Amino acid sequence: MERKVVFPQKLLPYLLLAPQIAITLVFFFWPAGQAIWMSTLLQDPLGFSVQFVGLENFQAVLQDPAYLATMQRTFLFSFGVTALSMIPALLLAVMADRVVRGATAYKTILVIPYAIAPAVAGALWLFLFQPSIGTIAYPLRLIGIDWNPRIDGTDAMIVVLIASAWKQIGYNFLFFLAGLQSIPKSLIEAAAIDGAREIRRFWTIVFPLLSPTTFFLLVVNLTYAFFDTFGVIHAVTQGGPGKSTEVLIYKAWYDGLIAQDLGRSSAQAVILMFIVIGLTVIQFRYIERKVHY
Amino acid sequence: MAAPLDTPAPKSVRRDWIPHVVIAIGIFITAFPLWVAFVASTLSNPEIAQAPMPLLPGNQAGANYGEALLQGGRSGRILTPPVWEMMLNSTVMALSIAVGKIIISILSAYAVVFFRFPFRMAFFWMIFITLMLPVEVRIVPTIQVITNLNMMNTYAGLTIPLIASATATLLFRQFFLTIPDELVEAAKIDGAGPMKFFRDVVLPLSVTNIAALFVILFLYGWNQYLWPLLIGTDARMQTIVIGMSKMIDSAGGPTDWNMVMATAILALLPPVLVVILMQRWFVKGLVETEK
Repeated sequence: MERKVVFPQKLLPYLLLAPQIAITLVFFFWPAGQAIWMSTLLQDPLGFSVQFVGLENFQAVLQDPAYLATMQRTFLFSFGVTALSMIPALLLAVMADRVVRGATAYKTILVIPYAIAPAVAGALWLFLFQPSIGTIAYPLRLIGIDWNPRIDGTDAMIVVLIASAWKQIGYNFLFFLAGLQSIPKSLIEAAAIDGAREIRRFWTIVFPLLSPTTFFLLVVNLTYAFFDTFGVIHAVTQGGPGKSTEVLIYKAWYDGLIAQDLGRSSAQAVILMFIVIGLTVIQFRYIERKVHY
Repeated sequence: MAAPLDTPAPKSVRRDWIPHVVIAIGIFITAFPLWVAFVASTLSNPEIAQAPMPLLPGNQAGANYGEALLQGGRSGRILTPPVWEMMLNSTVMALSIAVGKIIISILSAYAVVFFRFPFRMAFFWMIFITLMLPVEVRIVPTIQVITNLNMMNTYAGLTIPLIASATATLLFRQFFLTIPDELVEAAKIDGAGPMKFFRDVVLPLSVTNIAALFVILFLYGWNQYLWPLLIGTDARMQTIVIGMSKMIDSAGGPTDWNMVMATAILALLPPVLVVILMQRWFVKGLVETEK
């Protein structure tokens, strides 16, 4: 889409664009280019010599069992967070759609966690699950569950999963509710007159009509779980115990800044770039949106 | 009389309570961690340690919040700066990022939509592609750039690199395309230049979009984690979210949970208040920035 009537100035638009383009070049394109370049270099541990090695870093990373384990863990974690935040949100939205009064107040309360920083959400849940004193850990201990996210990898994973999903439920709820409210009531009434039961009505009419919303939320939540949960993991488990909550972003950060393995961490960065590009392309190509290019 | 038709069937009367119960459970799950955190922030550490912890507020609120705000918390031997300093850093960061993003995005969108010039679409795509280059994929080289520019541990380093925004530019571009051509023509006939048109017509029309974006971007700036972790390594540049997470002793040593929870409450209050008080714009912002 283009405007028909425009202003004739030639220099002004460049000046208007200059600040954004300058930031983009200096802080986005240049470092991204550097990351790609560094991913093809091998630096000796003392930093004296640098050698061009082509795709060897990628080969090393993709053959590293620790990296593959982290990748698998990241996918499980991301789909776990997505399911754990979308399913309750859908259930809540279906229920709120039936309630005539109070829906606005419910929205206000349910969306609050979305405003909270992931690391803070993580701290709240870590506290509830703190062995011996946590309000949730205490009854677990009483019924004989030896709960300790500091020692047990599965327990740690459960805490970061719950904290990450908790933050997103309200967001998903808002979009599901909007989706439900845009379905013409006459359609559902027609099915009701035809004698379709409520649950059947949901699966045959409502859910298919919601599928654009569902697909959109699926991509948004996967992106969130992939990238924005760094704060939860860094604040709550530091990737541990062992490596049991280490996800790809955490590993890229750790290998690059703490372990200082530049070549391999850059190769990881480039792999992540491909994942973001994939997710962005899906988001823009396959999701029905108002923006057309 | 249609009254008999309006009478609900007995079955639905019987099941009317289900939605309320489910929503009540949802609200409970949402509110419970917040309530427990608030209660813990009003207790002394020995009170928290006696399992089970009380679920009603204690009388240490004044002492805890006073200590956190003025003296800071402790993790092992590391002392965090007073929370008010960290809140100031977070406020500067959130406001600069929100305002900065809005200004440079509205200007770029205005340039791309209301002018014709060589490389117009190339510039537009450059801005768009930043969506695919989040900090996470360029951690090490970005730190080098910031170090070379002497921007480590400065407000400039914490904010300027984050104010490029594809999302905000796309949103403004989308909105500008809906402004009727007649308005532009009328402005030209009146002899108004592009900047006058921008100030007198485009800006006033964009107010609701700006408000909606502001809410979303304030949350974005306040809740940043990886960026301040990389750039604000000095304790005096720490944001409240980073400071709070540093108070948790990840080595498993004793953690002052009342301090952590008081800081957590202070860290979540500003964005939560913004969302509640600006609810209408918040929802608009969410929907608009994702479409």
